Amino acid sequence: MSYYKRDKRAWLVLSDGSVFEGYNFGCEGTTIGEIVFTTGMTGYQEVLTDPSYYGQIVLQTYPLIGNYGINSDDMESERSWINGYITKEWCEEPSNFRNTHNINEFMIEQDKIGIWDVDTRAITRVIREHGTMNGAITTEDIETTKEALMEKIHAFKVVNPVQAVTRKNKGWYYSQVNRANHVALIDYGYKHNILRMLLRLGCNVTVMPANTTIEEIRMLNPDGIMLSNGPGDPAENIEIIENLKDFVKYGKPIFGICLGHQLLALAMGGETFKLKYGHRGMNQPVKDVTRDRVFITSQNHGYAVVPESIPAEVGKVTHFNLNDGTCEGVEYPDIHAFTVQFHPEASAGPNDTGYLFEQFTDLMERGQQGCL
Amino acid sequence: MPLRSDIKRVLVIGSGPIVIGQAAEFDYAGTQACKALKNYGLEVILINSNPATIMTDKAMADKIYIEPLTLEVIRRIILMEKPDSILSTLGGQTGLTLSMQLAKEGFLDAHGVKLLGANLETIEKAEDRQAFKDMMREIGEPCIPSEVVVTVEDAVRFAATIGYPVIVRPAFTLGGTGGGIAANQQELEEIATHGIRLSPISQILVEKGIAGWKEIEFEVMRDAKGNVITVCSMENFDPVGIHTGDSIVVAPCQTLSDKEFQMLRTSALKIISALKVEGGCNCQFALNPENFNYAVIEVNPRVSRSSALASKATGYPIAKVASQIAIGFSLDEIINEVTGTTTACFEPALDYIVVKFPRWPFDKFVYAKRTLGTQMKATGEIMSIGSSFEHAMMKAIRSIELGMETLTVEKLVEASDEDIMKMLADSDDERSFVVYEAIKRGVALDTIFAITKIDKWFLDKLRHLAVMEKDLATLGLTEERIRVAREIGFLDKTIEELSGEKIQEDPKTYASFKMVDTCAGEFAAQTPYFYSTRDKENEAALFIEEHPSGKERILVLGSGPIRIGQGIEFDYCSVHCAWALREKGYEAIFINNNPETVSTDFDTSDRLYFEPLTKEDVRSVVETEKPIGAIVQFGGQTAIKLTRYLEEMGVPVLGTSPANIDAAEDREVFDQLLETCNIRRPQGETVYTTTEAVEVAERLGFPVLLRPSYVLGGQNMIIAYEREDVVEYMDIITAVELENPVLIDKYLMGKEVEVDAISDGESYLIPGIMEHIERAGVHSGDSISVYPPQTLDQRTKDTIIDYTGRLVKALDIVGMVNIQYVIYEDEVYVIEVNPRSSRTVPYISKVTDIPMVNIATKMMLGDKLADLGYAPGLYPEGDYVAVKVPVFSFSKLQDVDTQLGPEMKSTGEVLGVAKTFADALYKGLVASGRSMERSGGVLLTVKDRDKEAIVEIGRQFHEMGFVIYGTVGTALILNENNIPTKVVRRLAESKPNIGDLIESGKLNYVISTSSKGRMPHHDDVRMRRKCVETSIALLTSLDTAQALLDCLKSNRTMAEIELVDIKDIR
Repeated sequence: MSYYKRDKRAWLVLSDGSVFEGYNFGCEGTTIGEIVFTTGMTGYQEVLTDPSYYGQIVLQTYPLIGNYGINSDDMESERSWINGYITKEWCEEPSNFRNTHNINEFMIEQDKIGIWDVDTRAITRVIREHGTMNGAITTEDIETTKEALMEKIHAFKVVNPVQAVTRKNKGWYYSQVNRANHVALIDYGYKHNILRMLLRLGCNVTVMPANTTIEEIRMLNPDGIMLSNGPGDPAENIEIIENLKDFVKYGKPIFGICLGHQLLALAMGGETFKLKYGHRGMNQPVKDVTRDRVFITSQNHGYAVVPESIPAEVGKVTHFNLNDGTCEGVEYPDIHAFTVQFHPEASAGPNDTGYLFEQFTDLMERGQQGCL
Repeated sequence: MPLRSDIKRVLVIGSGPIVIGQAAEFDYAGTQACKALKNYGLEVILINSNPATIMTDKAMADKIYIEPLTLEVIRRIILMEKPDSILSTLGGQTGLTLSMQLAKEGFLDAHGVKLLGANLETIEKAEDRQAFKDMMREIGEPCIPSEVVVTVEDAVRFAATIGYPVIVRPAFTLGGTGGGIAANQQELEEIATHGIRLSPISQILVEKGIAGWKEIEFEVMRDAKGNVITVCSMENFDPVGIHTGDSIVVAPCQTLSDKEFQMLRTSALKIISALKVEGGCNCQFALNPENFNYAVIEVNPRVSRSSALASKATGYPIAKVASQIAIGFSLDEIINEVTGTTTACFEPALDYIVVKFPRWPFDKFVYAKRTLGTQMKATGEIMSIGSSFEHAMMKAIRSIELGMETLTVEKLVEASDEDIMKMLADSDDERSFVVYEAIKRGVALDTIFAITKIDKWFLDKLRHLAVMEKDLATLGLTEERIRVAREIGFLDKTIEELSGEKIQEDPKTYASFKMVDTCAGEFAAQTPYFYSTRDKENEAALFIEEHPSGKERILVLGSGPIRIGQGIEFDYCSVHCAWALREKGYEAIFINNNPETVSTDFDTSDRLYFEPLTKEDVRSVVETEKPIGAIVQFGGQTAIKLTRYLEEMGVPVLGTSPANIDAAEDREVFDQLLETCNIRRPQGETVYTTTEAVEVAERLGFPVLLRPSYVLGGQNMIIAYEREDVVEYMDIITAVELENPVLIDKYLMGKEVEVDAISDGESYLIPGIMEHIERAGVHSGDSISVYPPQTLDQRTKDTIIDYTGRLVKALDIVGMVNIQYVIYEDEVYVIEVNPRSSRTVPYISKVTDIPMVNIATKMMLGDKLADLGYAPGLYPEGDYVAVKVPVFSFSKLQDVDTQLGPEMKSTGEVLGVAKTFADALYKGLVASGRSMERSGGVLLTVKDRDKEAIVEIGRQFHEMGFVIYGTVGTALILNENNIPTKVVRRLAESKPNIGDLIESGKLNYVISTSSKGRMPHHDDVRMRRKCVETSIALLTSLDTAQALLDCLKSNRTMAEIELVDIKDIR
């Protein structure tokens, strides 16, 4: 055909057996993953490179993907972590001053399999009604391979995702506008914009692997600890949760985002549960109870904290989701910790809750002055 | 924060008549506002001079004043009605400016009236250029280098410091009236002079031209708690420089990365927070395509055309939510009606793309300057929704009703490569088509981009369409090509025509439908709001299945974009039709594509299909809905045109049969019918060629009326006084393909009378007879229309009632019919019969209190007049006189002759209602913007045929003490008749001449008639244009002049005339 590569068929198979026929982009082959949809209308590059999508096949509900191409600045990690990509349409000739190559080239470079020209809205509705489910994208003839594929789809499970995405060694980053706060950023699959935000606020940052122990923290002697976002079921991270139980006794301010929020809740005696189909997008309204304000937030999570599970004496819910009432933020006053389920670092998404980073640096400054 | 307890009685100010820059979107917004306020038990007092609106309907408010929108009138209403607050942000610029003036002069405070929506400080900061710049500086948001000036000298001086080109924007003018781009000092002097004059505060902004930057808009909401959200982002296809109302616009933004998007979004939120708007706000940005630089262009702290578009594009009801915020609610307290479970405090996610395409009046004003700039020229717009840009664009092209199915324009196909390249540089209404033609010819996208600065993303998308068009024509059909062509918006008809092959398919497939749900499918939604795609899953069908009502379904076809001749009235009628159907226990299924209207509000009908109104698009809806019938009478000519196709599809057309609709429009059939009814019409014939036309005209005797058959709003209609006129006309009209013949009629210079009748097939009701002030020859839509008639004797009225009865029976009318008569030498002639509702229906419905559309709809469903409680014949006249006065948008359109004629030129209308004709007319004239000065200067310059009649008019002006000026011929006859008249030289003659007189400010009125017109270079046309540009009251019909004189002589003032609650007059 005259535009885009319509020469290669591809199929999307869901664990309920339904099949959607489309075209292949990116690499050829077969990939299996947990199918999730995200409703953001911009920020596909950030989605592709957000480690929280590890193991997932991501569907973009917005139909036109790749319009402004790919650039070197908007990477949220060094690579793409998704297992597959579903779009209505991708853009072969992107237009933007920062564009370096198109999304198809990026997918090939990242060794990712994509399918396009499928009824993305119909698939979204299926997931909405049935909940998140496994599925596969394949470019191999579906007639002959479906049976074997279905078995693999049912057997698929994301295993140890945090261990897969976290960095193995420390990394040091120094701010240009040094206000001398030193943050230990624990990498459960952190989005680079968390780092950028901290640097912008004058923090020096040491990025630490997911399994960092309290001893290692002590040696680092940071002013605050940042618990990053990351993929998967929080409750699986038993060792990390144990470490966090030590962190909270350390006495330095802690700020948790997304998985970091869930992990701290678990460490503090709370519980988490799996949402039917998660929150993924950048239009989620979150009520900040203390400010009596609603903020539009960027989100990407499949699990949530059970708000009642947080023991009243250790923490209180500070934010909740205006759409479904789920827990969006907890404050633990005694340990100078606060965590949010959404992404104040945005990227992609609204910057409306960036003030939380300032709240964190303020806490650290007060800590430095001994006024916590 | 729940409903504020200090609000009980709210005054809502509407936006007045439809003019370019302020159209039906404010009826949509106002209607939503009134509904929202009433929903909370608040008393609503409404003022709007525009009778063709839903918002001035009985049920919408407790008190409804269809009165002139002047400070004086609003002050009186406030004194009478004692509202405790005033909603300023839903009546467009008109409502906002009036509210601001009342607040500024202290009147609101003095009478304990609170300003809701935006306070005085907010409005001033947003509207006053300097205050706005200062605020932007304070909050650190970049503006374009600019300076506010009040003199031309200062404008020139500032321009010298920033360099040309510069953009001139006058303060406080509608749709940027009087603005423009100046490339050099000479142009600047001209534009600045004009702009300063038009600005009510004599202030203009001179700003640096930033041609080539992207134009991005955000619709933002804020509540009193400070919660802020953006409802929708929009990107203009055209770069900065062309008014957004004249740009193709897409939603959401397409070419912005998340970083750029969030940068502008954050800026918009910062601005609305700094302004402390409580409600909706529109922020316009210019974004440098080469880096992250941007500038705030403009902020409107009110509901606007863009917010109407954003509402329809997202499903988020901005006006309704803005009203709720204004009376105290916070965003998180307001329910999102689309999902029913979430709140209004969120940002809609789209899973489709929306294209808005303007509808310009250049098909009507063939001599108008078509260049687009900072002054908006479009009368209306359409919106289309698709799964890709290509898809939405193809739908848009069909929706604008220019007879196009692709972006190919025949005359451009024939143009030379050189011409196409030249035309690329012209930013006019056809540019998108020129770009398409250039792409088809293989011009590199980079080259096109360099010239047009239209983002290459858009150009590449157009290329896809061009490639498909070419492939279909050259490579023929394959299953794959058909599928892709359909997916990107080609109709089967177009595919078959281009390829010359039939699509082989069994069974035939039709488009399916997706829901507009504000959340991209994330939540289950109940919105009965759909658009077509070529996907397999048909959500509309599923919706129907899941919501079994047991009711039968009826299709209502809307009227498409607002254009001259087919305005808001038809939307008014369509909405009432849908309501009547629902009242009768049917499901009303709506198809329309105009984002500015009440009809495309998804809760107006049971299901709304936002689609082009073509045969094939309607067909897909029919396949999904399987309606038991369709109603075409209320959608103007747009809907009438589809009658035949509906019949072919097997969908019964309710009401008057298609055959009879044809009979009324087909000249020969109609003539026979008149003959059998024994009714006379002006003699006439049908011709195809210039030779035939001249022959017929000479046989009938001049003057003659020429027009193409199947027209609305007198499109391309002229009165020919001599042979040359016929030749000129026929040459123009035969330049385009002549599908239908041209009609030539003997032109009778008589009194025009109009009736709208409703019939059940047996008995008929005439709610009222309307008499026109201007004699036949001025289009009925441009005439001042009076109800009840003031000069008709009983015999004539009886004849009209009798003729109407005969025609209704002969055409077997079921539903509505509009009949126009001319009374010439005491004889009644029929001019035309329109087997559909007309533009007078809303106002007659209001002043007679007969719900005409409701009754007509019920009759189409089988109800009889008697069952509905009405006696047949003419409905008794009431105590009040209503005068409908047309309103024009000449100041927005360059080079358009203002001389009224058989071709409709007005864009809107106002109504004056009073106990006497004189008072009603006075009100109507004031409401239409006339200043009614009783002394000063008047210039008379008339054609020879009017020389005799001008004497009387001159005498009356003279007796009132006016200084009279006249051009040579006119002055001569006036002086001969002892009316002292100063002679003025014509424009072409040496200075000082008529032009200097017009500019001198000595004139209050100009009365100008000429036999020759239209051509912009004509002396008279230029003179009249000058009057428009200097805002001098200009009259081009002696009948209008006499009516005005009657009013002036009465010595009545607005203050003495009773203000009427329209609910009290019957």
